[in-house]
Amino acid sequence: MTYRDRSVMVTLEAREARVQRPNWAPAEVDLDRPSAARVYDFYLGGLHNFAVDREMAARAVADWPELPAIMQANRAFLRRAVRHLAAQGIDQFLDIGSGIPTVGNVHEVAQAALGDARVVYVDIDPIAVAHARALLEDDANTGVVQADFVDVGAVLEDPVTRSLLDFSRPVGLLVVALLHFVGDERRPAEALARYREAMAPGSHLVLSHASADGAPDRADEHRSLYRRTATPMTMRSRDEVAALLDGFTLVEPGIVFLPQWRPDDPVPPANPERFTGYAAVGRRD
Amino acid sequence: MTEPGRASGADPLDALAADWAEEVEGTSYVPMAAEELRAHLRDLARLVVDAVQADPPRPEVGAEIGRRLVAAHFTGPATLERTVVLLSERLPALYGPGLRETVPALTGALAAGYAETLRDRTLGEQEAIRRAVLAARQHTENALHASEARFRAMFREAAIGIGLGDMEGRILEVNPALCRMFGYTPEEFTQRSVVQQMHPDDAPSVWERYERMIHGDLENFRVEKRFYRADGSSMVVHLTLSLVRDERGEPAYQVAMLEDVSERHRLQEHLAFLAYHDPLTTLANRARITERLGKVFAEAGGSSTRRVGVCFLDLDGFKTINDSLGHHVGDLMLQEVARRLDACAGEGELVARMGGDEFVVLVEDSHGVDRLVALADRILAVLASPFHLVGQELVVTASIGVVEQAVAETTASELMRAADITLYTAKAEGRGRWAVHDPGRDETETTRFSLSAALPSAVAHDEFFVLYQPLVSLADHRVRGVEALVRWRHPRLGVLSPSLFIGPAEETGVIVPLGRRVLETACRDARGWHAEFGAGAPFVSVNVAPRQLHEPGLVAEVAALLDTTGLPADRLQVELTERALTIDEGAPLKALDGLRAMGVKIAVDDFGTGYSNLSYLRKLPVDVIKLDGSFGEGLREEELSDEVDERIVGTLVALGHALDLTVTAEGVETAAQASRLRALGCDEGQGWLFAPAVPAGEVAALLRRGRPLGGPATGLRRSG
Repeated sequence: MTYRDRSVMVTLEAREARVQRPNWAPAEVDLDRPSAARVYDFYLGGLHNFAVDREMAARAVADWPELPAIMQANRAFLRRAVRHLAAQGIDQFLDIGSGIPTVGNVHEVAQAALGDARVVYVDIDPIAVAHARALLEDDANTGVVQADFVDVGAVLEDPVTRSLLDFSRPVGLLVVALLHFVGDERRPAEALARYREAMAPGSHLVLSHASADGAPDRADEHRSLYRRTATPMTMRSRDEVAALLDGFTLVEPGIVFLPQWRPDDPVPPANPERFTGYAAVGRRD
Repeated sequence: MTEPGRASGADPLDALAADWAEEVEGTSYVPMAAEELRAHLRDLARLVVDAVQADPPRPEVGAEIGRRLVAAHFTGPATLERTVVLLSERLPALYGPGLRETVPALTGALAAGYAETLRDRTLGEQEAIRRAVLAARQHTENALHASEARFRAMFREAAIGIGLGDMEGRILEVNPALCRMFGYTPEEFTQRSVVQQMHPDDAPSVWERYERMIHGDLENFRVEKRFYRADGSSMVVHLTLSLVRDERGEPAYQVAMLEDVSERHRLQEHLAFLAYHDPLTTLANRARITERLGKVFAEAGGSSTRRVGVCFLDLDGFKTINDSLGHHVGDLMLQEVARRLDACAGEGELVARMGGDEFVVLVEDSHGVDRLVALADRILAVLASPFHLVGQELVVTASIGVVEQAVAETTASELMRAADITLYTAKAEGRGRWAVHDPGRDETETTRFSLSAALPSAVAHDEFFVLYQPLVSLADHRVRGVEALVRWRHPRLGVLSPSLFIGPAEETGVIVPLGRRVLETACRDARGWHAEFGAGAPFVSVNVAPRQLHEPGLVAEVAALLDTTGLPADRLQVELTERALTIDEGAPLKALDGLRAMGVKIAVDDFGTGYSNLSYLRKLPVDVIKLDGSFGEGLREEELSDEVDERIVGTLVALGHALDLTVTAEGVETAAQASRLRALGCDEGQGWLFAPAVPAGEVAALLRRGRPLGGPATGLRRSG
């Protein structure tokens, strides 16, 4: 069993709890279960995590040593993409599924490029949201919203979003390492279309997505496992990822493996497919 | 490990920085591009080289290097390991073995600085994440609290009654609406249990479903059932009971939602009552009878020995009461009849009003006709005593059709049809009696029944014609008048006499257009005779039914008829039955006055057959009395004569003459009879002795011949 499998199961349990919880009841805070956001933090060398999270991560790495590298490649893609958007003059960002704001956060990268860049972080994990709020308390240009990605209205109509972001001007929408947690039955493409409709021309979508394409030998094992779960993590093929980007014009180099998207180093990384995940940036014309 | 020679020829500082970057790459996530990373490490490498080359060397700078590594997020333990190994090897290699003593001190300080900073950072981030947990919990608690408060408010303010119970049926919580519905305080409620909410009217399925739900086999169910309130009164409640499961999926609680639908239920019951009851009498109605009968026949299979019976009754002459005394009195009478019928009906006997003055008593499981006959007798008996309505004493009789059959032998509709036909039989046999259904007689009755149904179209198709029977002077046997008699030329049955259709025509109201037609024909024919014979022409006597007298336009109609035909009014006589004349008030009397004022003569037909109230003759506008043929029967024989009959006839004649009335004898069949009637003072006679009913043309022929009819009038030779 790989890390991803376990983390999927963790995520699924959390998702199930969410599904059963009626929308009027607040999300629960459960420290007995690992949290995807805190595990991610751990992979990035963060210390915002607990024993359950580290234990989970350690077991996963034992099975799949590349995992930390994949997570770091994903984080590095986020950094490069935000810099690229800032270079296009985009100074407001909506980061959905932001997790624990650990090292190399969007507002840090963006504000390093454009001093007054504004960022709204969105996550459904109450601890991640609470932590982000504490961390960003003094930064008037950032805000935190607790909401679900597919609940587009809740994200866009939240007072924090409305006060910080001006949708009549270009916005950077970040859905990095998020959509593989949103199954087709929750209609991620429809949600994306609704975000797209709300965004002014010149806005950009930054997306990364787990895929089995780079690791076909693991795919069968994964699939058989996913079949046993009610709401599996959805690994998507390159074509499926392309379909999610429908309506956006792909920015060069298009849909590529994580380290291949505008690398800092002119020397291309070896075996990029081992970073089983796609990265892409699209422009709303 | 790095090749020692790799940095030769280059700046040793650059070589150290490049090796360092290569060593730590991937050991920690550092949010820097490769270029930035190398620049950062080059700065650190310069600090290191400066420190070890200083005089004296300053190995304590290592602590600062360790601090800066952690600050740049080189938090992976492998970073420290590789850094220490790299510096221990590469510094002496690049800058000479003289550093061998300083380097361990520097790397030691670096490790200590790194550890201290990482410990601080760890504690800080752990503190931060724990604070986040607390904040999230607080937020969650607040949200739960707000949510709980909202739900409390909803529970408290709900208009619908809500109760929560455990799986043992104990009531745990109730909302105010539920307390108001039942009249219990919350404390009283929580001392009660779900099973105490049973009501004797509950269908067994209600509690079966409850048991299934408690066992987790049913998630919820809805039912409408009765509950007792605290004060003992009953209400109808729409109940929705739902199961609440715990997180393991086991049944944990039950939630009841209750809505008092008593009002709606009452309304529904009232509507159902209206659907099956007659509003005037509150008896069952036709729909109810149809439904009951349907059930009786549906429940009994083809081989059933079950028997069923009905008494189908109809008030005799109710129409007259309604017409003469008004609908109000008619309604009161129907209500009184309903009361009496209901009182005399026993167990298993359903009384219903079918409409108008028709009633049915249905006897389920009759076990034989005797019970029905006894019932019919009882009905006639309870209707026999006079009705005291609006200060008047009224007498009414009923005719009853009795049918009693095995359910297997008939159908619901056949049964009712047979009852209807039998009712007609009872009426035809003289009213105020019952008749028992006789399948053999069915055909005749069916004919009669279908005649009634065919009447309206027969009038429309002009299937009637008129014959005239002469009325002769008993003094000279010459024709003085003719009585118009209607016949029906039935397309299938041939010519039918009035006895077959006048009754039904009166009951259906067809008598009005039919009577009008006869009157027209008679006037036209009489006008023909008048034109030919002048003063010697006969008057025409036309029967008018009580119903016609009630028609407001009768007088005007007759006047118009006389006007258009040119028949003198004194050539027209109207015949009424004694029954029609017992009404001594209202429209009929006015009509008679109107006719008489025109000069039309009024005759009383069948005189002496009704409950003769002789005093009315004084008051009524009458010119002629026609003695019923039955009085003359005893006078027919040549040699023998009935003395009583003679006396009665003599008295009636004397009475008529005292009132200045013309007396006509009907049913004169023999010459002897004619002589005796003449001797007793009768003025005119009518009967086969003189002539049967003949067509209008033959009347003219008789008149032209001008001979006395039935032989010459003879003087009476009284036998000893």
